[in-house]
Amino acid sequence: MAASSAVLSMSKIIKPIWGGRLATTAKVFGATVSSRREKSTVPPPAKYGGRHTVTLIPGDGIGPELLNHVRELFRFSCVPVDFEVVNVCSATEDDINNAITAIRRNGVALKGRRNTLTMSPPVSLSPSTTLDLYANVMHCKSLPGVQTRHNNIDIMIIRENTEGEYSSLEHESVSGVVECLKIITRTNSLRIAEYAFKLAREKGRKRVTAVHKANIMKLGDGLFLQCCREVAAGYPDIAFDAMIVDNTTMQLVSKPQQFDVMVMPNLYGNVVSNVCAGLVGGPGLVPGANYGRDYAVFETATRNTGKSIADRNIANPTAMLLASCMMLDHLKLHDYATMIRNAVLTTMNETQLHTADIGGQGTTSEVVQAIMRNIQSKGPLTSEL
Amino acid sequence: MVRFFHAGGYVIVSHPGSPVNGRRVVFSLQLQTVTLIPGDGIGPEISVAVMKIFESAKVPIQWEERNVTAIQGPGGRWMIPPDCKESMDRTLIGLKGPLKTPIAAGHPSMNLLLRKTFDLYANVRPCVSIEGYKTPYTDVDLVTIRENTEGEYSGIEHIIVDGVVQSIKLITEDASRRIAEYAFEYARNNQRNSVTAVHKANIMRMSDGLFLRKCREVAENFKDVKFTEMYLDTVCLNMVQDPTQFDVLVMPNLYGDILSDLCAGLIGGLGVTPSGNIGANGVAIFESVHGTAPDIAGLDMANPTALLLSAVMMLRHMGMHDYGKKIETACFDTIRDKKVLTGDLGGKSKCSEFTEEICRRVRDMD
Repeated sequence: MAASSAVLSMSKIIKPIWGGRLATTAKVFGATVSSRREKSTVPPPAKYGGRHTVTLIPGDGIGPELLNHVRELFRFSCVPVDFEVVNVCSATEDDINNAITAIRRNGVALKGRRNTLTMSPPVSLSPSTTLDLYANVMHCKSLPGVQTRHNNIDIMIIRENTEGEYSSLEHESVSGVVECLKIITRTNSLRIAEYAFKLAREKGRKRVTAVHKANIMKLGDGLFLQCCREVAAGYPDIAFDAMIVDNTTMQLVSKPQQFDVMVMPNLYGNVVSNVCAGLVGGPGLVPGANYGRDYAVFETATRNTGKSIADRNIANPTAMLLASCMMLDHLKLHDYATMIRNAVLTTMNETQLHTADIGGQGTTSEVVQAIMRNIQSKGPLTSEL
Repeated sequence: MVRFFHAGGYVIVSHPGSPVNGRRVVFSLQLQTVTLIPGDGIGPEISVAVMKIFESAKVPIQWEERNVTAIQGPGGRWMIPPDCKESMDRTLIGLKGPLKTPIAAGHPSMNLLLRKTFDLYANVRPCVSIEGYKTPYTDVDLVTIRENTEGEYSGIEHIIVDGVVQSIKLITEDASRRIAEYAFEYARNNQRNSVTAVHKANIMRMSDGLFLRKCREVAENFKDVKFTEMYLDTVCLNMVQDPTQFDVLVMPNLYGDILSDLCAGLIGGLGVTPSGNIGANGVAIFESVHGTAPDIAGLDMANPTALLLSAVMMLRHMGMHDYGKKIETACFDTIRDKKVLTGDLGGKSKCSEFTEEICRRVRDMD
């Protein structure tokens, strides 16, 4: 804090004399400030006046209304986060580039889903690939207050987010014959495996399962599997096994309790994460995060726009709120994160105020109000209701 | 379009895609011959069980047993034994038990060889909840139809540079149209209400886009069947929450593989799921998709349900609906009763006892 205000005052003094050289000086001072913070894989963004700026991308469908609730809740709980809203209209490339620049600027983003129409730019230009957000992490946990067919599920899914089947490399060599390329590289596979094992160790998990189809795609998924095995050798405390994707889905619907941490390439990650989200109660409950080396983007785990329930005040805000808590954890604002998360979970489990998608009658605003009441009852740090 | 004509004790089936256009295949209401491939591991035992049950039901079928261990033909190319091929070409119907794929035997998997030899382009898996075999999902009644020849499983892969591998997913207009046509015909012939195309055309625009376009075109000719399209991830999400909303699903190879196994898991696993493969020249091979279970082979502990239900599917394909219904009812009644069940269904009986119980019920029905 003191150092940053020192930078500001210094810059005011230096400005008339140095003029154009200001940037360099500020950078020098800035560098000193950041080296005092603890080292982590993704450095938290710079704090100006103790407040963080986060890019907010409302998206389409239920995104805008849910993110409004997030902002409302943050304001109510006095969370030191300011949002820079960037609207992305589905069809143009410029808007997406603006969003990407905004995320680069702030380092962290919270986003809703935008409709991917056939006209819109391909996946290769999306934020995930451009910003190299290589790991998509989703934590599926059974919530005691939600009725589901299976209980005691606690699975972390780590999905490679940049290559694999989503490389958008397609061509029509002959009319009527289309080829789509799936790319698997050693570097990315090692990177995602490394991320998975490191996360497993951090969270105290015992087992990592690699999901693949190497019996058919021998070279592609074979390479992925080999990289996972290599990384696993460096983590003897964590058990490693592999499972073929079709068997995995079958096991997930019969005995999901056997899985702990799962790591997989892009497409299987899409399938498995949606299956798991369905198992714990639906898309309204699970948050997801996309991590890269320099940036982090938080969203709901299953990327649905929820067009049919938009603007009707029936969407489930849990997923988006939990995603914002993950964001707060990432920004090292752990107290706020815990406070909001506990309030959300209490409302879900004890007060049993549920929205329609999990079988209740509540509206989105009712749920958010209940969460706010819960936060207020816990003590100070809040503004007037 | 498959047409059935009844004429003086014969059922004549006309099937397009035959080598000679409009060649008619005759299924005589008298004794039918079916190629039986017992397979490995528990294959022989469950085949014997099925034959016994068919005998009790007095189904007019005679079995021709064949082996499919790969042999190397002239020129070094691996192929299935010529007597098996000849038998299949003649009978056009096959029932297959589980085959083991030996590792490092030098030849590709037998299933792959069969698929290529007979151009088995459609894999059909009806998933119906079995009353008496409880799973967390009830009232499942859907059919997955999967394109079986191309897509992600074309096997075309290369190492571009060290550390970068490229796998090619192939989608062609012909194969997509063929599978879509089969799906709609199946829906029509089996009184199903809707067909849903599963795809990821928002990401794989050209390939899945082509598949989707073909499905849409074919849907135009089948106005009596409702056509919808859904993204793969939405299908997965909804499938585990409410599988009753799905009817017939048609999709390319990889998605089909994952979804058909997912649906099998919903009703109780591969031990109770039937499966059929339809080929281009009127050939159809019905099979059990579970493994060879070498650990229980020869111990009379195997569960013949999967192969039996596949055989029932086969009877329906051949037009022998009454026999199919009879055997299926007997099987489901036995499972529902829970008195005589094999180990994997939660009971303690032997395979032969389970078979005998079904035979008894079949005989009692007459």
